Amino acid sequence: MNRYILPLIAAVFLIPILILGLNTDPSELPSPYIGKAAPEFELPGLKDPSMTVSTADLKGRMTLVNIWATWCVGCRTEHQFLVQLANQGTIPIYGINWRDSREQALRWLAQLGDPYVASGFDADARVGIDWGAYGAPETFLVNPDGIVLYRFTGPLNHVVWQQEFLPRMSGVAVP
Amino acid sequence: MKRLCVLLGVTLLATQALAIDSGKAFDDPVLQARYEKLISEVRCLQCQNQSIKDSNVLLAADLRREIRRMLAEGKTDADVADFLVTRYGEFALYRPRTSGKTLILWIAPFLMILFGGFAIFRVLRHRMSLPIADGAVDEGQSQ
Repeated sequence: MNRYILPLIAAVFLIPILILGLNTDPSELPSPYIGKAAPEFELPGLKDPSMTVSTADLKGRMTLVNIWATWCVGCRTEHQFLVQLANQGTIPIYGINWRDSREQALRWLAQLGDPYVASGFDADARVGIDWGAYGAPETFLVNPDGIVLYRFTGPLNHVVWQQEFLPRMSGVAVP
Repeated sequence: MKRLCVLLGVTLLATQALAIDSGKAFDDPVLQARYEKLISEVRCLQCQNQSIKDSNVLLAADLRREIRRMLAEGKTDADVADFLVTRYGEFALYRPRTSGKTLILWIAPFLMILFGGFAIFRVLRHRMSLPIADGAVDEGQSQ
């Protein structure tokens, strides 16, 4: 009997670890910014280059920061949902138009609708990198103090919104 | 003969055109060597089992450009590592730095060797303590 105890203990420790390994997507990275201040940035506006979009715009209320581009297939998938969110006035959405062509980006917004309060034009991809983006679309939930609460990688939809975003937004006044 | 040499030289140099990194090399060979070592040790976050040296996705090109810029500005390798870890976490480095979070990665192999060694030691000691007659009986049976 005694000889089975050690392997049994090892199995009890190993099995949960292996199950955890099976259920986690290794390509999904945790953002090192969670719980920390959003990275400082200042970008010329996409629609009006004389305007700027910056970290200062994120203060004072809950905001979403959405990293998007016209070359990104997932961005097209989530776009209707973003427009819907914007129409409902749920939360202000700021865009970072990542490594894109201004002309194409403007055409995209004209054709599909513009859910953004403003989009910054990140031509050389530096601000996207500062946010730790590794693929578009990426959506960050930022609290009124400019602290990043959550990062979602991939196209946003109802299910993700209900399960991941809404619970993190409770208790904070959303205009 | 001279023309042949030139032709041969040009053909040999042409392999450079196949390199993924299309940026201009540093004039300083030491800096270039540092740059190449650095980019071979940074994970491409989009294509996760490649380094940014081997990957031709846009993000890898952007990161190579940033690293090149930082080195040109005189930043150290540690500055570059900090830059990447701040944005992407320790995962971005193929050679993670020793810190509280990554300590387990560094000591786990040694712990496993210790644990395995201990297990072998236990088993062997147990076998050696068995009466020799057992073995003799076994041999007798197998013959």
